[in-house]
Amino acid sequence: MSDYSLEGQSPGGRRQDLKLIGKAYRRVDGPAKVTGQTVFADDYTAPRMVFMKLKRSHLPHARIVGIDVEKALAMSGVVGVLTGRDMPDTFGILPVSQDEHALCPDVVRFVGDPVVAVAALTEDEAEEAMRAIVVDYEPLPTIGSVQEALNTPEPRLHEYGDEGNVHKRITMEFGDVEAALKDADLILEDDFFYEGNTHLPMEQHATVAVPEPDGKVTLYSSTQTPHYLHKALTKVLGLKASHIRVIAAPNGGGFGGKSDPFNHEICAAKMALKLGRPVKITLTREEVFYCHRGRHPVQMHMKTGFTKDGRLVAQHLQTALDGGAYGSYGVASTYYTGALQTVTYKLPKYRFDSIRCFTNKPPCGPKRGHGTPQPRFGWEVQLDKAAHALGLDPAQLRLKNLVEPGEVTANWLKVGSIGLRKCIEAVVEGSGWNERYGKLPFGRGLGLACSSYLTGAGLPIYWNHMPHSGAQLKLDRSGGVALFCGETEIGQGSDTVIAACVAEVLGIGLDDIRLCVADTDLTPVDLGSYSSRVTIMAGNASIQAAERAKELIAEAVAQRLDVPKGRLVFADHRVFDAGDPETGMSWQEAVQCAESLHGTLGTTGSYTPPRSPGRYRGAGVGPSPAYSYSACVVEVEVDPDTGLMRVEHVWMAHDVGQCINAASVMGQIEGSIYMGLAEAVMEESAFKRLPKNRSAALVHKIPSMLDYKSPTFLDMPKMSSYVIEDPDPNGPFGAKEVGQGPLLPMPPAVANAVFDAVGVRVDQVPIHPHMILDALAAKAKGRPPRFGPGAFPAFDFGTPLKVPTPDEGGDGKATNPEEAGIRKDQGTMPETSNTGGPRR
Amino acid sequence: MMNDATQVIQTLKVNGEERRVMFPAHHTLLEVLREECGLTGTKHGCELGECGACTVLVDGAPVLSCLVLAADLEGADIQTVEGMAEGQTLHPLQESFAELGAAQCGYCTPGMLLTAKALLDECEQPTDEDVAEALAGNLCRCTGYAKIVEAVQWAAAKVRGDEDGAPADEAVFGKEIRS
Repeated sequence: MSDYSLEGQSPGGRRQDLKLIGKAYRRVDGPAKVTGQTVFADDYTAPRMVFMKLKRSHLPHARIVGIDVEKALAMSGVVGVLTGRDMPDTFGILPVSQDEHALCPDVVRFVGDPVVAVAALTEDEAEEAMRAIVVDYEPLPTIGSVQEALNTPEPRLHEYGDEGNVHKRITMEFGDVEAALKDADLILEDDFFYEGNTHLPMEQHATVAVPEPDGKVTLYSSTQTPHYLHKALTKVLGLKASHIRVIAAPNGGGFGGKSDPFNHEICAAKMALKLGRPVKITLTREEVFYCHRGRHPVQMHMKTGFTKDGRLVAQHLQTALDGGAYGSYGVASTYYTGALQTVTYKLPKYRFDSIRCFTNKPPCGPKRGHGTPQPRFGWEVQLDKAAHALGLDPAQLRLKNLVEPGEVTANWLKVGSIGLRKCIEAVVEGSGWNERYGKLPFGRGLGLACSSYLTGAGLPIYWNHMPHSGAQLKLDRSGGVALFCGETEIGQGSDTVIAACVAEVLGIGLDDIRLCVADTDLTPVDLGSYSSRVTIMAGNASIQAAERAKELIAEAVAQRLDVPKGRLVFADHRVFDAGDPETGMSWQEAVQCAESLHGTLGTTGSYTPPRSPGRYRGAGVGPSPAYSYSACVVEVEVDPDTGLMRVEHVWMAHDVGQCINAASVMGQIEGSIYMGLAEAVMEESAFKRLPKNRSAALVHKIPSMLDYKSPTFLDMPKMSSYVIEDPDPNGPFGAKEVGQGPLLPMPPAVANAVFDAVGVRVDQVPIHPHMILDALAAKAKGRPPRFGPGAFPAFDFGTPLKVPTPDEGGDGKATNPEEAGIRKDQGTMPETSNTGGPRR
Repeated sequence: MMNDATQVIQTLKVNGEERRVMFPAHHTLLEVLREECGLTGTKHGCELGECGACTVLVDGAPVLSCLVLAADLEGADIQTVEGMAEGQTLHPLQESFAELGAAQCGYCTPGMLLTAKALLDECEQPTDEDVAEALAGNLCRCTGYAKIVEAVQWAAAKVRGDEDGAPADEAVFGKEIRS
């Protein structure tokens, strides 16, 4: 193992008892990645392998009338085709949204929906054959937005869902919000819009499916969730789960975009089984844009009450998600646009209403921050507005309202450690906030925002009582330790995290550990690399397995040395008596002692999150074993003549609980700043309708890496990062997440800085120059100095599910589960007076 | 038709090794390196010249291998990521990228390394702006680019023989909080 050459101490120097944890060191996958030896999914090859392409719909909504594959089948090199008839079973990531087919049997619902799979000896031949396939369609009406979905209950895109083209409808209330608002000194009502955007991993999705002679099949795939892919394959292929093996290759970036089971993965497996030979498919970049599952476009209406000294009274949040054509993670995303509003600032009463609508666009799903960056944007901008209205400093307003450690929130989320106060103090100090905020020359401004995020979802995606993560250790006389764990490396450094946890406990080096990960045949189940769950869950499982191995070894060494077990220390590749360090033996000798005493050595560890106190319908989304916290200040320069804005400097502080590898923590913070900045000022998955004579298709405006603007080296601001360590009792060595949280405060901090710079509000992201100019023009004409969406779509949510808060003596259950969602005038849709929608 | 395309047989010099390969005349250097030479260290992110992931060096200059035809490169000196290390000894850029976590998912890394190598071969002591300018055509979605700039500067220092070129503590552990 190569320690970081600076030999620096852990930040804050809190845990000097730890040898490796908290230091900065080389990632275990580093050397392979810098020498080109890491084998990504598209790098796999196998004897007799053929190549597959998918024929995708060019129409956004249509009935399939006929499919002609004759010409394609006759072409040179073509070895087989599949259509929807070959895979009639549906799948989907959530049990409540099993609405996808590997290939559409009857109806296509977005441009890019696959209809036929064709395989050929070369990729060129597969491409030629794909183009020769003819699909006849009968076009159907298309839906392009939430408002159009509400206006068009028929025809429905899917036969399931809450009503019409509303996929999911949520309404819940924690305490009486309207009554509480009567006592507020200030009530703010704002409409916000957060445009959709996409993950844009550098690696295009790829899969190689290899059939085995006994009817089994193995898949190598760029997936963040091999376990869930395994389940979907089992369902659609109709094979025994034990006959399907999924190996997640290291992902060339994920960000949530490889978390769904995908059509191409299932088709590759089916094609391999049909042909009896390996099949590879690699998506083109354009296909990656259309597979999507990215950030939902969300419109929000936020009504919040404050006391005159800046305390929060109550909030009523409404969100509307443009879901695209399929369910994906959408039901969870919908809940997430409301669930985490309460874990940063103490919100005594809270109501949340939301709808997710089906539209004829690529399906949206989870992207870094999953459903929470959108309401976080609105929340932090509104807090900035409140501070101005009340004449308070935005940092002080936030400090006044912080959730207490260990608190149970109004919506029954149990919070653990909170380092947010320190985070705010760090960025206030670093940015010179107190001296400079509100005092910079016109055109230059500072903005502040905070956030919090999950460290792993409290519940699995499908209901079960089994562990969320497992690890297994094999040790033998060589002194080598093999660590088996289902976790998936997507670039975040999870391989290094689990190896470091084991190395720390056993007092050995990272180079003593051989990893075997993300293989559904060989490794214990881990649910996947999503929701910032791997460090806490796979980390804790690995620690448990290591502690059990340590116990076996300690027992044997204690016997051999005649030293009490409790006095043995495992450190520096030795096991020795704490009272007399000379009495001891090498690590390898210690393992040999244990193998002699116990026989073949192996241990397991597992992790299941603690049970959350919420007992109402919907309480499953939001609970986490621990929450991370971030605070950020950004400085912007705005040109009032052109509207051009540049983020000059970002100060970001993140409470990670405890660093496992300081270098990786810093990398995640910087990467989050980058992606948050991108969402604030550049990236958008915007769609346009082609003219009627060109199919009226809803197509991606910018399905290429050149036109989908993402920041380059030249677009990056100066970054000053602070690592705050407030250990959480549930975290491995106290660690919490860092992969997603620091993205969240960036968009609102940028919007708040624009206000400080030029005195106008842009209530939507990404913020483009024309928006700033429009708002400045409005200001000059004496109109509200704002650019943002129109009114929230009119929608009758009905009676909310009522859940008394902990402060009201509730028990976590709803008091009216039968009434929830029922409308006074049941059966009629409300008038849709508003045609506003987001402004473009 | 593409599949009736003419095959060419040609000698390619890759990482100092000459090899005879046969490939369809329309195939790019990227395809030939990955499929005919088995050098899968060169990555593809778009195959349209937009992302920089497939960058290799041709006669020392960074080239997007997805935009050049292998058939045009008879006699050229091609270098891929597999040719950067001397045996088991990593190039200083590879060392510093691994050390600092400048490679996270690692997918853009080969292209970054080769573009950075071309810069360091030309310029002994680049400014941060020089590094950003040189690498601006290479996209990375993981790092926010900071660790890559620091790694290139550290490697530049090592190449110059400057032992004090490691980034400051705060780049790795965060800034100190005074209060």
